Amino acid sequence: MLPAEPDIAPVPDTSGHFPAHGIRYGGRFAPEALMAALDELSAAYDHARKDPAFAAELAGLLRGYAGRPTLLYAAERFGAQAGCTVLLKREDLAHTGSHKINNVLGQVLLARRMGKTRVIAETGAGQHGVATATACALLGLDCSVYMGEEDTRRQALNVSRMRMLGAEVIPVAAGTRTLKDAMNEAFRDWVTTVATTHYCIGSVGGPHPFPMMVRDFQRVIGVEARGQVLEQHGRLPDAVIACVGGGSNAIGIFHAFIPDAGVRLIGCEAGGDGLASGRHAATLTGGSPGVLHGMRTFVLQDDQGQTLGTHSISAGLDYPGVGPEHVWLRETGRASYRAVTDARAMDAFSVLCRTEGIIPALESAHALAGALDVGRELGPGALMVVSLSGRGDKDVDTASTWFGV
Amino acid sequence: MSAVTTAFAKAAAEDRAALVGYLPAGFPSVGGAVEAARAMAAAGADVIEVGLPYSDPLMDGPVIAEAVHRALASGTKPADVLRTVEAVTAAGVPALVMTYWNPVEAYGVAAFARDLAAAGGSGLITPDLPPEEAAEWLAVAEACDLDRVFLVAPSSTDQRIAAVAGACRGFVYAASLMGITGTRDAVSDDAAALVARVRRHTQLPVAVGIGVSSGAQAAQVAAFADGVIVGSAFVRRLLGAPDSAAAARAAAELASELAAGVRRKAEP
Repeated sequence: MLPAEPDIAPVPDTSGHFPAHGIRYGGRFAPEALMAALDELSAAYDHARKDPAFAAELAGLLRGYAGRPTLLYAAERFGAQAGCTVLLKREDLAHTGSHKINNVLGQVLLARRMGKTRVIAETGAGQHGVATATACALLGLDCSVYMGEEDTRRQALNVSRMRMLGAEVIPVAAGTRTLKDAMNEAFRDWVTTVATTHYCIGSVGGPHPFPMMVRDFQRVIGVEARGQVLEQHGRLPDAVIACVGGGSNAIGIFHAFIPDAGVRLIGCEAGGDGLASGRHAATLTGGSPGVLHGMRTFVLQDDQGQTLGTHSISAGLDYPGVGPEHVWLRETGRASYRAVTDARAMDAFSVLCRTEGIIPALESAHALAGALDVGRELGPGALMVVSLSGRGDKDVDTASTWFGV
Repeated sequence: MSAVTTAFAKAAAEDRAALVGYLPAGFPSVGGAVEAARAMAAAGADVIEVGLPYSDPLMDGPVIAEAVHRALASGTKPADVLRTVEAVTAAGVPALVMTYWNPVEAYGVAAFARDLAAAGGSGLITPDLPPEEAAEWLAVAEACDLDRVFLVAPSSTDQRIAAVAGACRGFVYAASLMGITGTRDAVSDDAAALVARVRRHTQLPVAVGIGVSSGAQAAQVAAFADGVIVGSAFVRRLLGAPDSAAAARAAAELASELAAGVRRKAEP
């Protein structure tokens, strides 16, 4: 459901900025051709979020179609490995297999309300693409999904799913052939087709209002989790942990806990082969302030301001930027971020498979690896909520290769 | 009065539109780009836009994206862009740098403005920096006496046109159509209407870009705009040239055709 109450965090301001230490993160660094559309989207979203009919329709879909609320599951055998109590927020059980459906249902409903007939999206792991194709099938809109060529190879299952759902999948051969380039191409499409087309951005990035709007649509994860942990344990958790690529599942689960000062918010970025190797996608840990894809944020860039190539075993985290609200959370000290290497993520992937009978997405495996560390840091009495943002069916080929099975 | 303003005034005095030609620095090489830009100027380009190559040129179509990719792959740096500007202005033609915003921030906005001014550059065209986000740039541009050219589009509201034009110096860049560079070989009907709307809010010259590639189209645009901006068509010719000398010849040939076009003024 949409947040009926006012925003808890005082960001972004009305111009879409997240100010921290004199730098205004977020904002709108977009081509002029998109400015009118961004204003129109802001106005439409502002109207929709105050409209009980829109809220009711979205809540109905989230409950009756997407399968919300998702479980908050006590992973006892995994928790034993972490040395504390671990509760998994089971976004993998939402329809389409990840948290991405929360945002997409909101945005595609909004697009239809705005009279758009076509929706475009970028996708990395394919989870956002599948969710967008799904919502477009459900609501009767045309759908085109841009996906880096490298990602169409490593996430072939999701390419097939999107096509079965009636979406056009457009492989992007430019640049690093991953999520960043898919997003460039989606922007190029949108500049040309904006009169009829909504660009359904999949993470909490891009020009205002996307970071705020996507956060609001994903906020349901944390709202549910907070209620569930209080109900199950009678207290708030010591830590909430999520993986961060662009950062939508992390903002989603963090947001309701921001006012709870005793709850540590910990984001796990893709450390790839390790920060020292230069082959990673740990933007907050290894990046610097810059402008990318319509927003001021942290960017992995060289000293000339050229975006660096990234690496992660997880296509969904393989992105050189991050949502500006995560920069704000880090810079204000409210959240902390750490890098998790491919190897440690794959170890955690295996631990969850074998202790709980749950195959996580490679993205989520980064949060699980973080949980194993944080559990040891906090000690046996600790209570942790971990976002299991997606399921790993799409990743079985990558994992099989990794483990040699 | 900036060199760009003077160039537009000179064209107006001759009762024609100014011709603005774009090339990315470092393509086909740093020296090759300088050679091509000088050839364009000698053949009638009034202003040269020097593109600063960027890894994520999301307003550009495949032609410019490919050239920029090659420029970056061969190691083109902002210092090369400034050297190109210096060489172009030394040839007597004003040069503006067309750049996505992140490389300028990485260089340092004030430092870039200072070095651009020192190289003789006239200012910046900033396709992904709207005036609302440009406070720092506007302040240092004022301090360094540099032009700032922002874009308007057919979708811009009158309110935005007023704000954008109010922030510009040098000229206002009117994107002729909703789209990216170099993908449509046509001037849309929106362009004339957009120019008319811009004129209601500013005395600055209005130049039209995106979609102009021939002398006939230049003449068509010259009938209603103060300047005609051509980018992808030049880059396409350079992409097809076997060496720098051929690239310069190809650039000069197109510049001559376009320069004749802006003097012809077709009936709209």
